Order: sequence, then structure tokens, then C-alpha cells
Amino acid sequence: MTVHWTRKDLLGLRELSAEEITLVLETADAFKQVGTREVKKVPALQGKTLINLFIEPSTRTRTSFELAAKRLSADIVNITAAASSLTKGETLKDTAKVLEANHADLIVLRHSSAGAAQFLSTRVRASVINAGDGAHEHPTQGLLDLYTIREKKGAVAGLHVAIIGDILFSRVARSNIFALLKMGARVTLVGPSTLVPREFEQLGAKISHQLDEVLPSADVVNLLRIQHERQRKEYFPGLGEYIRFFGLTKSRAKLLKPDCLIMHPGPINRGVEIDSDLADGPQSVIFDQVTNGLAIRMAVLYLCGGIVTR
Amino acid sequence: MKKDQPPNETRSVRIFDAEALRRALRRIAHEIIERNRHLDGLVLAGIPARGVALAQRLAADIEAIEKVRVATGVIDVSMHRDDLRQRATLPVVRASELPLPLGERTVVIVDDVLFTGRTCRAALDAIGSFGRPASIQFAVLIDRGHRELPIRPDYVGKNLPTSRIERVRVRLQETDREPDAVWLEKSDETPQALSS
Repeated sequence: MTVHWTRKDLLGLRELSAEEITLVLETADAFKQVGTREVKKVPALQGKTLINLFIEPSTRTRTSFELAAKRLSADIVNITAAASSLTKGETLKDTAKVLEANHADLIVLRHSSAGAAQFLSTRVRASVINAGDGAHEHPTQGLLDLYTIREKKGAVAGLHVAIIGDILFSRVARSNIFALLKMGARVTLVGPSTLVPREFEQLGAKISHQLDEVLPSADVVNLLRIQHERQRKEYFPGLGEYIRFFGLTKSRAKLLKPDCLIMHPGPINRGVEIDSDLADGPQSVIFDQVTNGLAIRMAVLYLCGGIVTR
Repeated sequence: MKKDQPPNETRSVRIFDAEALRRALRRIAHEIIERNRHLDGLVLAGIPARGVALAQRLAADIEAIEKVRVATGVIDVSMHRDDLRQRATLPVVRASELPLPLGERTVVIVDDVLFTGRTCRAALDAIGSFGRPASIQFAVLIDRGHRELPIRPDYVGKNLPTSRIERVRVRLQETDREPDAVWLEKSDETPQALSS
């Protein structure tokens, strides 16, 4: 059964069906192959204009979207927080109107407020792609994690995925949880009770505060970054304590199945969430995630940018 | 891609049955052999979905005749099309697969129906992004006319004069799980590029 993409925007994975997620992953297969060609560029979005609107700093996601857009032959403009009129007091709504007046066809938005992408999508005709909105969702990260798991494991259904660390503040965790559960995986969230509150059970995930109990049955461990810039002391006493209980150290990694995948959305705090050698070891697919992110973003831009806009 | 409904018996004419289709492909295989002296440099590259199945069959025919297994491939043209903005639904994109490098090879593009020629143009662009083959040829099961671009096939199973509002429906065992057949159907709908 073939589903067709009908969405102008990609705001989150919560609203996507398993069939739509599969369609994005299969489309990404085709775009991943473009990266191996002599000419790594296709004309699919020729004549379209994409605006990378990054109100919150990001290098890897912005670069990944920029490369994806260029490989699809779109024209692209980057607007970052420091350079935008938002620092001069312009509202997001007015910024959106200005972009629209410049005939933007696609807007990729990174914003510190949850719901910002949704807000923008109802106010512009352009396609809006959520590149992370506060602690809400980061759909392309969720999709590229899923893609990487599917690529390495063959399928997602039936796998046990442990997401470890700062779940509370993580949009990556939310997008992963929605997508993984829809695709039939089991999800266990692991971290200190301050960062992994019981409320997350309502999404359908299991919760644990004992990493050593979860690791032996995991097929995938996804280590989230400890966000120094957002966290205060009250969430955990200190990094040393965090590493002792929740860091993936060499000795703890011995509990893992030999074919368990180690994932991290980056940027890595080596020696905090993960031991430096493990990040470069044979189980790590951290850099595959980056390569796959490009294919996923090409697929998403193609699907949202290619549909007939009313 | 259009949804399949059973052919309307009163308004459709069968052009090929399985046997006629088999013979047409066999003849094309002979013509490909005749024109290409170095079969080991040949790639039969099908356009999804039915072109891929036809390329496989042609390769099997050539092997039966000449005892040489020629290379096959897939060219997905979706990301090279010029009508993305005119379509209500996007074509499903598949990964292209071509043996590399292409430099010394002759690529034969294989498709089921040739209509406007726009798919073939997209295929030429797609192949170009993999490299520069020595030459490119074009094989189609049915040429129904109405070209919008200066494109001409090298191998044709059947020239089928049609009006724009008619449809050519190709069915293959591998892709459609139906007996091999080609139908010409009158349609009440507005003209469109079905399997163009």
C-alpha cells in the first residue's frame, strides 16, 4: 500500500503515521544514494528558495539542512539569531511576513520556544520544517536516528531502544519516543528522576533509573547530551556523580550486547555521556547518523517542497 | 501513479497478450545484440517500476540467445523531473543503481510506455549525474506518440497510435501480479501522463 505525502510542513513526528514515517525513510534511501554519485546534486528543488531561520545557535543541523538544500538545487539564505532583526525587537510573526514577501518557499526554523514552528506554519504559505523548537520536537533528528537503526538492524519493530540522559529538556528524546513507538520498538528512558519524570510513561515508554539493569537487553543505546547551558545544579549534583550513575563508561559497556548500537545526536561531551574510546569504537554509529541526517533532510525538503502548494 | 482498477471491458482493447509481449521483447533483445557488438560493456537500465522488470527480462533473453549475462540497473527519474510543481502527488522515489564507472559503457534505458518523452529526458539527466557513458540508447515496449521533446527510441516493441485522452495500460507479472498484457483504454478523465 503506497501512501502519498500530503503535508506542507514537518512540525513533529507525533502527528505522522507509521506509513508516512516509512515513506520518508524510503525516500531517504534514494537520496542517500545521490551522495555516492559523481555529481551529488539533483534538480528537484530548482527555482525554490529556502530560508534557514536559526533563532537558536546550531552548527550541525543548520549545515546539514544547507547541504541538503544545495544538493536539491534550491537557493538558500541563512539567518542566524545574532544577525536577525529579532534582536532588534521584531516579532517572529513579522519576520515570517518579511520572508514571505521575499518569496521563500521553504523555511527551516530552529527556535527556543516550543510551538514556534507550528505558529509560523499557520501564518505563511511557505513550507515550514521544524529544526528544533524548545524542548518539544526535533523531527529530522528523530527520523535520522530511526533511519540509522533501520539501516544497521534491518528493521525497527521489536527492538529495545534505551534513551539515556536528559529526557526532560530533550526535543530529540520526544521525537525519538514518538517515532520508535509507532514503528513498533520498545523504549526505555534512563536517567536521574529529576531528568526522567514519571509523566513520560504516559507516552508509552518504560522508565528506569538504573542504567546497569537496562543495558544488557538493549539493542540500541541513544545517549543524549547533557546540556550544560540549560541545566542548573538542582537537576543533579555534578558531572562526576552523573558519570558514575549514567555515563557509558568502558566497564559499563561490557554489559552491552556485542551488536548493540551506540548513538549520540551530538555534539558529544566526551568523558561525560560516553567514554571517548567508545564513541570511536566499532559499536558507535555516531558518524553514520550525520551522513544519514543529510539524506533524511533531502527527503523531507523534497517531500514538503515538492508538493503542489495551494 | 494511478490507482489500479480492472480494465473496463467495453472500452478497452487488448494490444498484447503474454505471448505477443514475450515475442516483442525477444525481438528487441535480438536488435540490441545486433547493434551492440560488445555486450559486456552494456547496461540495461530500467525506469521503475515496469522498466526495471522489462530490463531484467531483456537481460534474460539476451543471455538465452548469446550466453552472455549483461549488466542491469535502475534509474529513478523522480528527482530529475521537470513537472514536480504540477503534480498533485509526488512520485515515490527509489534509489538508482548503475554499475560504475560508466565511462566505457553503453547504457540502454528501458521503459514500458513512451509518451511525451519527459521521463526519458529526466533519465538522461539522471545518468549524467553518474558519469558520462560512451553512448545511451532507448528501448520501449510501447511508443504511443505525442512527443513534447525531440526524443526518439532505438528499440520499439510496438508503435501504437493513440489519442491523448486514451490510456495505455501495461501489466506485468512481476510488478502487478497480473498476467502480462497491454491494453488501450478510452478514458473519461482529462489527458494525463500515465506511465509517460
